[in-house]
Amino acid sequence: MIQQVLFIFALAFFGFVIRKRVLQLRNNVRLGKPIGKTNREPERFRNVLLVAFGQKKMFKRFIPAILHLFIYVGFLVINLEVLEFIIDGLTGTHRIFAPYLGSFYTGLINIFEFLAVAVLLACVFFLIRRNVLKLPRFWSAEMTSWPRLDANLILVTEIVLMLAILTMNAADQILQTRDEHYTITGSLYFSGFLMPLFQNAGTPALLLIERCAWWFHIIGILGFAVYITYSKHLHIFMAFLNTYYAKLEPKGHINNMPVVTNEVKSMLGLTQGVTPPAEPGRFGAKDVNDLSQANLIAAYACTECGRCTSECPANLTGKKLSPRKIMMDTRDRMEEVGHSLAKGGPGLNDGKSLLGDYITKEEINACTSCNACVESCPVLINPLEIIVELRRYVAMEESGSPPAWNAMFQNIETNFAPWKFSAADRFNWAKDA
Amino acid sequence: MNVPTLAELTAKGEIPEILFWVGCAGSYDDRYKRVTKAFVKILNAVGVKFAVLGTEETCTGDPARRAGNEFLFQMQAMNNIQVLNGYGIKKIVTACPHCFNTLKNEYPELGGTYEVIHHATFLQQLINEGRIKVAGGGPFKGKKITYHDSCYLGRANTIYEAPRAVLEALDADLVEMKHCRATGLCCGAGGAQMFKDAEKGKKEINLERAEEALQTGAGTIAVACPFCMTMLTDGVKAKEKEDEVRVKDLAELIAEAQGLT
Repeated sequence: MIQQVLFIFALAFFGFVIRKRVLQLRNNVRLGKPIGKTNREPERFRNVLLVAFGQKKMFKRFIPAILHLFIYVGFLVINLEVLEFIIDGLTGTHRIFAPYLGSFYTGLINIFEFLAVAVLLACVFFLIRRNVLKLPRFWSAEMTSWPRLDANLILVTEIVLMLAILTMNAADQILQTRDEHYTITGSLYFSGFLMPLFQNAGTPALLLIERCAWWFHIIGILGFAVYITYSKHLHIFMAFLNTYYAKLEPKGHINNMPVVTNEVKSMLGLTQGVTPPAEPGRFGAKDVNDLSQANLIAAYACTECGRCTSECPANLTGKKLSPRKIMMDTRDRMEEVGHSLAKGGPGLNDGKSLLGDYITKEEINACTSCNACVESCPVLINPLEIIVELRRYVAMEESGSPPAWNAMFQNIETNFAPWKFSAADRFNWAKDA
Repeated sequence: MNVPTLAELTAKGEIPEILFWVGCAGSYDDRYKRVTKAFVKILNAVGVKFAVLGTEETCTGDPARRAGNEFLFQMQAMNNIQVLNGYGIKKIVTACPHCFNTLKNEYPELGGTYEVIHHATFLQQLINEGRIKVAGGGPFKGKKITYHDSCYLGRANTIYEAPRAVLEALDADLVEMKHCRATGLCCGAGGAQMFKDAEKGKKEINLERAEEALQTGAGTIAVACPFCMTMLTDGVKAKEKEDEVRVKDLAELIAEAQGLT
């Protein structure tokens, strides 16, 4: 009875904390410009199914893809067991599904255990890859102490949670032989290996071990759920949203600015049938509120894997640009503004901005718009969109583009070519043939 | 070399099969003018009825848009669309992937919808239709050629196979670089980088790419983009390999194989 009350209290507490944080995340994303009505829904759902649910793009690199798949499937399937945990916790029962499912239950728990071991091994491998093999993309400039710690915390937590499940099942199986109150599960393969460790323990000690492991696992999961909302691990949810909102046009296409279209049309005297321009606001993006909500969702969908940066030609040749950092900066700035607003602070008016304080002109100017980062992202994040929006602000609001670009702009304006050649000479190539 | 302008044809009441969009590099860059001429010679030889805009053509606005100057881009786009729509243009072929991308993907939103084809695809079509025949493979038979994917053809528009099909028609020995197709490495000039110096780094991108191309041991680096042409030519020169390794556009290779030079 005490356990039930405690459980209800724990559930309510974590439910409250998670709800608060989810609302905060929603407010943060709402800093951005509304996405508006989406089109081509069937293609969008197809992307969600293939890329987020089906992990299609992960399989460009096979070994990490398989290990990631273990963790991913483990997450989906083991959470079915959490359902039993919650029912047991609320009603004070033990393994409520076992009597109903019979040998099917044994099979199910064995699958869970197999996945728990697979997750555990994958996490160990990933820890080794990050910390011992030191894969360069996990150690580049923007991977400062927190991003590295965050990654390790996630992996260690998953290992500990899986160990808790296996410990619980091992203790439980021994208790089944000693105490008839314990529901018979049938023999469980993987936790069976742990049973010799507990065989000599007294029944009260085993009871304690089983209960502790049970509580540790469920509280661990609830705590982890809260942690996720602050972590790069939020990608497990945001990847689904991001693949839905991902751009469907060819990668070479850059978003049109209807506000500019209206102005250009009126400058060219093409104003017939043109609705008067809406309040132009700001051209391009200086801060997170100038980006679209889709860009901000993308920032939360980024798990900092760095495949984008490892493919970026500018980054490969030592320039400051890192597409991953663009996404991390966008997220950090959004979080900063969101926290400030939640506390009644100045929010966007804190004297800082995404461009300048987080992302420098040197970084955005180095981009060749080659789309390598877009191609390499397993969850369809598009750092190039943000880079172009920042460049638009610099060019149109600040006239702060590099001098050579300003010269190029001037050439196009006066000679209709980016080079300083006379428009009248454009057809000369045909004459000297 | 017969180069009719659209104005001339229209005056005669004729309609061309295609508009050949030459682009700024194709019009002004000394090296790329040779590509323009090679392509025109192919069109003449094959008997494709085409026209160019001549002095009526202007920059598509691609570098302006990518550098962030949306006003300038749209001014260019609107003006070009007025000209193209005025002539009732339906089909455009261009040798520049940047022009191709902008005309194809970005003009429709501003009122200019055309069938836009890059010359790699167009050449492949001519080969498939039997209008270009490279009997016995010509001078490239068995020669090692590597193809550098332009970002604006490849990743930007998923055109990977057409240029390779053109090279295979030459009976050449096509060798791939470490980075190719979807993971192709940029030449360093896209996104308006062509028009300014690179940011500080430890290496120039075109040098990195030229090294990859040279590692294949190919005697010819085939390109399909004026920016890639400039960047790789410079890269090969920087490695002092310009006497052994040639950087050539697909159109030049076909023209050469056809004896059209």
